[in-house]
Amino acid sequence: MSGSQTAEAVDLAEEEQLDNSRAPRMDQSQAVAEDFQSVAQEEYETHGTVTAEDPVMTVRDCNVFYGDAQALFDVNLDIGRNQVVALIGPSGCGKSTFIRCLNRMNDTIDTAVVTGDIRLYGEDINSKSTDVVLLRARVGMVFQKPNPFPKSIFENVAYGPRLHGLASNRAELDEIVETSLRRAGLWEEAKDRLDQPGTGLSGGQQQRLCIARTIAVNPEVILMDEPCSALDPIATARIEDLIDELSENYAIAIVTHSMQQAARVSQRTAYFHLGKLIEVDETNRIFTNPGHKLTEDYVTGRFG
Amino acid sequence: MTADEKRAQEETLRRVRASLARRYRSERRFRLFGLSSALLGLAFVAFLFVTIIGNGYTAFWQTQFKLDIYFDPAVIDPDGQADPQQLASANYRALIRDALQSELPDVSGRREMRELNRLISAGAEFDLRDEVVANVALIGSTRELWITADDEVDMLVKGHVERDEQGGARRLSDSQLRWIDALAADGRVEQRFNVNFFTRGDSRDPEQAGIAGAAKGSLFALLVTLVIAFPLGIAAAVYLEEFAPRNRWIDLVEVNINNLAAVPSIVFGLLGLSVFLNFFGLPRSAPLVGGLVLSLMTLPTIIIASRAAIKSVPPSVREAALGLGASQVQTVLHHVVPLAMPGMLTGAIIGMARALGESAPLLMIGMVAFIVEVPQSITDPATALPVQVFLWADSPERAFVERTSAATMVLLAFLLAMNAVAIWLRNKFERRW
Ligand SMILES: Nc1ncnc2c1ncn2[C@@H]1O[C@H](COP(=O)(O)OP(=O)(O)OP(=O)(O)O)[C@@H](O)[C@H]1O
Ligand SMILES: [Mg+2]
Repeated sequence: MSGSQTAEAVDLAEEEQLDNSRAPRMDQSQAVAEDFQSVAQEEYETHGTVTAEDPVMTVRDCNVFYGDAQALFDVNLDIGRNQVVALIGPSGCGKSTFIRCLNRMNDTIDTAVVTGDIRLYGEDINSKSTDVVLLRARVGMVFQKPNPFPKSIFENVAYGPRLHGLASNRAELDEIVETSLRRAGLWEEAKDRLDQPGTGLSGGQQQRLCIARTIAVNPEVILMDEPCSALDPIATARIEDLIDELSENYAIAIVTHSMQQAARVSQRTAYFHLGKLIEVDETNRIFTNPGHKLTEDYVTGRFG
Repeated sequence: MTADEKRAQEETLRRVRASLARRYRSERRFRLFGLSSALLGLAFVAFLFVTIIGNGYTAFWQTQFKLDIYFDPAVIDPDGQADPQQLASANYRALIRDALQSELPDVSGRREMRELNRLISAGAEFDLRDEVVANVALIGSTRELWITADDEVDMLVKGHVERDEQGGARRLSDSQLRWIDALAADGRVEQRFNVNFFTRGDSRDPEQAGIAGAAKGSLFALLVTLVIAFPLGIAAAVYLEEFAPRNRWIDLVEVNINNLAAVPSIVFGLLGLSVFLNFFGLPRSAPLVGGLVLSLMTLPTIIIASRAAIKSVPPSVREAALGLGASQVQTVLHHVVPLAMPGMLTGAIIGMARALGESAPLLMIGMVAFIVEVPQSITDPATALPVQVFLWADSPERAFVERTSAATMVLLAFLLAMNAVAIWLRNKFERRW
């Protein structure tokens, strides 16, 4: 009895100290949140240009609900051919939710409801006639956390091509695996251990394996959800090079928490805030001359 | 740092220190408690094993007499035709009696002859018959053979019955005792490996009774259970976990599966009796029906364990497969089920182990009968190991006491073997992620 009381006392003491140290920052974010409240009241409009010249995917009036809670509000955005779009914004603002709409991964969440018009080459991906299996083959995804299958490295990369019947014989399959691993920059490290489990690789290698696995099915769009969040600078640089290279053939949407990364790899940047797409524009424009106060606060590091 | 803050820090430190000793103390206490519970459990298991093995190991040996049997043609094959019919119905007991009498020439008179006869197992003559039928060339020759002794003799030789308490536990007469001693002095009494115990079905004579019938009955029943409950259980678990819509009906199904796991096993026996025997008219006492009943009983266990195993497959693996364009069925078959397999197997083996030890539902469907034949198929009448233990434990003969324990040992060996298989399979399938 007395024990828990003492423990509580300790907790309280600690909390007080923490509160003190936190106080100034709280004030700041509160101010920003109030700022946003005023935005939320009025009918909001995305700043900048949501359209791309040669769009591969177009998203119009996309709303996402998790049960009763709305996670995305009327998002409009195009993803252009041979272009990298960076999605930035504070944690919980709906970046992952947004890119998961693009290959209908939100279907796997029971409570999620997606409305709006999302098209891949003008074809409504949410229509009844769209085959979700085919869609996901065309719109590949690299997840935030590396998630190789608990199978061999070879099997990891070969799984997609095998699934979709992309290789007619073993030699072709071998070749697909090799080129995919090469392009993901993992071939040199992995070529001697193709039969070893993919889960035995380091975090960065696993992420590259996941990228190899995604590009092995030759998708038209690649979605990447913070692919470098677990990686060291060297591996990050490698993956950024890879993204650069991939953007010659694919349309890419990448979620990132690193402004520098967004600046380095993307041509366009979209800033999300509390479920709303606040601003989207040319990347250097976003970072040098943002049109919205919230974007400016975020990219200059005053918030988030 | 101000003086106030410093004081506050020191106060915090003091309080943490004060609580630390208490925390360690309670941790030690908790560990000690855990250790003693584990030791207590272990002690009970050790006690169980020591008693059972101590009581039962002697059943694996059986007292036998070494006798020079003369396969007298005049007795077994008077026509010299070696006619199988004739050979099968001949008086082999006479051969044994003659051999015994030649060892103990002072035995005389009908009464003494009858007593002498009782030293030998009632089944021994059939062993001889089988040998002759299998090898006709024996006729006319003399062979030194080991003849199974009666269970009373066996108990005496093993020391389970005191020599000097005739009329009580000892049911052999003084002269029978004397003859045994005489044979023993001649080196003609020995405890030999009890083959009968492992090859025969049940018998009223303990020395002829074996566990093979019950073991095979159990094996057949378990095979039926495995073949039915394992695929059904996994399919149900996969459906409920991966495909079922979330609605009230599915909730109802789930609740009922959980309830089913808690239903007393005898109820499943009653169900089997009314459905499989009375309605479908399947044979009584058959391992087929036993297996069906045990499947019903095991199914909920397998479903619950399999669902837990499926739930524990990390969602990231599912996402990875779906993200590559695998359909839901492919995701489940290629990734989820293989990863959940160790857990499913463990659940299945736990369920099967429970089914192996179950006797109540088998009583209801007639697998409790006295069956001498070793079953050859799943529709032959049979008993099961736990039922056999129950039957022998209920028998009055002293020799069945050790056989009861021995049957328990066989049952435990079955269980250990199953657990070993479970561990082996788990290690084989286990993967890291
Ligand atoms: N499966 C879910 N069920 C209910 N709410 C969810 C679910 N997934 C996300 N949300 C909510 O939707 C909002 C947006 O989440 P989302 O994962 O898209 O954020 P994010 O921008 O990707 O954040 P982070 O940068 O931390 O990954 C959050 O408020 C989150 O709590
Ligand atoms: Mg996210």
